[in-house]
Amino acid sequence: MAGLQAIEATEAELGLIPTAKPRGMLIRAWEVFAENKLALAGLAFVVFIFLFCFVGPHIYVTNQVSTDLSDYLCTPSGSHLLGCNELGYDELGRLMVGGQTSLEVGLAAALVSVLFGTLYGAISGFAGGFVDSLMMRIVDAGLSLPSLMVIIIMSVIFHPTPVVIIFIIAVFYWFGVARLVRGETLALREREYVQAVKVIGGRPMRAVLKHIVPNAIGTIIVQATFAVADSILTLAVLGFLTLGVAPPATDWGSMLSGGLTYIQGGNYWWLIYPPGVVIILTCIAFNFIGDALRDAFETRLQRR
Amino acid sequence: MVGFLIRRIGQAILVLFIVTVATLAMVHLFPGGPIRALLGQRATALQIAFYNKQYGFDQPFYVQYLKWVNQLLHGNLGFSTKLNQSVASLIGQDLPKTIVLVLLGTFFSLLFGIPLGVYQAVRRNSVADYVLTGISFLGYSTPVFFLGIVLVDWFAIDVHLFPPFAPQSTSVLTILGDPRALVLPVATYAFLLYALWSRFMRSSVLDNMVQDYVRTARAKGASERRVIWGHVFRNSLVSIVTLLGLSFPTLVAGAILIEVVFNYPGMGLAFYQAALNVDYQTLLGFTVLVTVFTIIGNLLADIGYAALDPRVRY
Repeated sequence: MAGLQAIEATEAELGLIPTAKPRGMLIRAWEVFAENKLALAGLAFVVFIFLFCFVGPHIYVTNQVSTDLSDYLCTPSGSHLLGCNELGYDELGRLMVGGQTSLEVGLAAALVSVLFGTLYGAISGFAGGFVDSLMMRIVDAGLSLPSLMVIIIMSVIFHPTPVVIIFIIAVFYWFGVARLVRGETLALREREYVQAVKVIGGRPMRAVLKHIVPNAIGTIIVQATFAVADSILTLAVLGFLTLGVAPPATDWGSMLSGGLTYIQGGNYWWLIYPPGVVIILTCIAFNFIGDALRDAFETRLQRR
Repeated sequence: MVGFLIRRIGQAILVLFIVTVATLAMVHLFPGGPIRALLGQRATALQIAFYNKQYGFDQPFYVQYLKWVNQLLHGNLGFSTKLNQSVASLIGQDLPKTIVLVLLGTFFSLLFGIPLGVYQAVRRNSVADYVLTGISFLGYSTPVFFLGIVLVDWFAIDVHLFPPFAPQSTSVLTILGDPRALVLPVATYAFLLYALWSRFMRSSVLDNMVQDYVRTARAKGASERRVIWGHVFRNSLVSIVTLLGLSFPTLVAGAILIEVVFNYPGMGLAFYQAALNVDYQTLLGFTVLVTVFTIIGNLLADIGYAALDPRVRY
């Protein structure tokens, strides 16, 4: 009985049962988001691709560790639905395993860069004055570095493992986030409720973490979504340049790079198109979600 | 305007300082130091100590930095021992070819991206707008190397319409002498950038359409064509100018990947080969050059923006 009440309480909170309480920002945002069919399709695809990569290998079991040269470039058939690559790895199974790397690195890099960029931007904007100028010149410097060139150099220096790649990508992504969040902070800093924290003796860190960051959460979530798509693309680029994760691990970009060798030798379409199409669809899905989220947090579009 | 210029140039110099320090520091990150990277795994400690002294890596960092900056100011970008060639001459040889690729790609992307972006804004939420938006989303999400591979697969292997690789030569004239080989690299590059311009142009025109001056123009009886092309379009172009300055890193990244896909003998391919060979001198020289260009590009874009729009010169 208590459980049922708890459920009713959550339903009331979610706005499913009409209540007199004003609905929260996230709920209003979700209503705008749900009206966007493309965004829902994107969300559905993201769920699908996660199931495909993380649950798929338990249903469609393949050997992705030891090579089997008797299956050298075998054509798609009943036992290998998408054929095999030049080392006899099953291509469909590889798509799942490679996807795990791509998704994990994409999400983690986005998380690291957005967390750091948010904190940096909020502190810089809140501090203002000389500290702000200096902190922003560092961001300018980072943004004027040719990111791909430096990412390539870093990959050569550190012989990347997935964890290293996460940080290499994040190091070059947080600059943009920091600049955006700083812009938001400059506007929020002058609001009464932030001023009030100062007046009643709250510490600056409290104003940043409890009042500024939560109010910039819309911008931050939108940036995080795009960051996932961009990080997946960057990882694919590194894989394509043969600077990605080391075998037998793989990612979608490395798979494409391997397939490129055989492009002129015959019609080995399954080595190139499946990884390429999966990269595109995943990135489009995240972009759709990001676009819809931007609309969703645009308060003018929300019904109150 | 003078105050704005001084402040903005001062910022650029500070940024330049931070970037150069970071770039030089990166050289010391190579496993075992830069000399180990040059000489390889089998070099003895004695050899490494000898070359560390000869290259000045035994000196304090600030001395190394000052010497290096002094060299840069004299136009000396370093010497690649792996290629036995100065980095400046390598750039002199490869840069013109990259410029051909970048200019042609940018030209064609602007040629399609700007008018179509305006068209999308004027006919927003029409079927054509949705289709074109879909195409630019595709442009955003397609890895540029994958697009290159697909074009090669379709137009060079399935149908022998264009050669899959760029002509190999040290001279820019050979590249220009075989225009058919330029079609696929330029098309790939243009599609990558098209998505950028058209999306930006669309939102820029939409922003301008609701401005007061548009209502004024309409009230004065200006035709729709005159309102769009005479007023809105001109004001939207201002923001494209800024975007051109800011998109320099995108241009560079695109050039690297397209040159690798098509084996196009420009700076991007040379950079990639230098990375694979751990040729730190070339890597350092190229990175610094591109960074300086980026900073100058941003500076010029800002000044241009301030000249076009007095409100910016606060």
